Amino acid sequence: MSLKAFHIVFVTVSVLLMFVVAGWNFGNYRDSGTSMDLVWGVVSLLAAAVLMIYGKLFLRKFKNVSYL
Amino acid sequence: MEIPYTVKPRPDTGLYNAKVGIWLFLASEVMLFGAFFSAYILLRVTADHGFWPDVATGWPHGLLNIPIGTFNTAVLISSSVTVVMAWMALRENNFPKFRNFMIFTVICALGFLVIKTFEYKEKFGHYVIRLNDGKALTGHLDVNGKSPLFWTLDTVKEKGLESLKVQVDIPNKYRFPVGMHVPEETHRAHAEGRHHDDREIKVADIESLKAFIPSTHPFFAIYFTMTFLHGLHVLGGAIVLAYFAFVGTKLWKTSPEQFTNRIEVGGLFWHFVDLVWIFLFPVVYLL
Repeated sequence: MSLKAFHIVFVTVSVLLMFVVAGWNFGNYRDSGTSMDLVWGVVSLLAAAVLMIYGKLFLRKFKNVSYL
Repeated sequence: MEIPYTVKPRPDTGLYNAKVGIWLFLASEVMLFGAFFSAYILLRVTADHGFWPDVATGWPHGLLNIPIGTFNTAVLISSSVTVVMAWMALRENNFPKFRNFMIFTVICALGFLVIKTFEYKEKFGHYVIRLNDGKALTGHLDVNGKSPLFWTLDTVKEKGLESLKVQVDIPNKYRFPVGMHVPEETHRAHAEGRHHDDREIKVADIESLKAFIPSTHPFFAIYFTMTFLHGLHVLGGAIVLAYFAFVGTKLWKTSPEQFTNRIEVGGLFWHFVDLVWIFLFPVVYLL
């Protein structure tokens, strides 16, 4: 597996982490109603979106590099 | 004697030697960290349900600084991006760009370690105090305006102190296990910005005084073991990447393809180290 392939795995796992963090924050907001939890939840979702866009750009830039 | 397949892929594996080597090494690393993650899960699921430290055998929650952990996560994700960009810069024959990205990666690694050091220091000055009446509390000691590290009850007695000023934690909502009622006072105090209560505690009333160190609770034992082991990997990775950025660049002039392969191998290790943190962060900080 090349660095390109491992980086795609890494970015995918990072996106999943951002969803987990967002879910964790929204869960806290549901339980306590603290507005900062809601803000951090939205920020986590935005981070996930940024990472997904980055992943797409990365694939385009590295399209000539082998996955092996 | 020339070693074959240092640059070109081996016909049997389709990979050059160093890539086969790093993946074998990373496989052993997966087993190492996998064992610690398994230990963490077993310790956690066998812990009693209840609010720690009231329930001494309960599992501590919410003791780690989540904003700092989140920031460190962002630092490591950024460093993974820049290490790939450094590799790509070499493939494009752009050495100055490679060096800039690599230096940024090393700065991220060192930044991560500096932040982690401050986190550790904060824990070494944070205490769980059990009183003779069975009550337990957590907080920081205030000795002449300083917060001492690694103290025990013996240290306090050796210094001849009769009482201790303690900034007692007002537990925040994260300190309570899932499904446990969070007292209204907790929400009110933190909404008002009150995180501590200053109290004077007689030494004669204290049964035990322990800092947040590995011997205090299995949580701290596994937390420090895993994060310290991870920190050692970050340090090792930073040293290797810094070597590539500065000392090892001679190889770029004589064998650019081999140098580029080395950067790829270094990048693979660095991604593994970052991936471990991506799992470590939610498991230790959030859950």
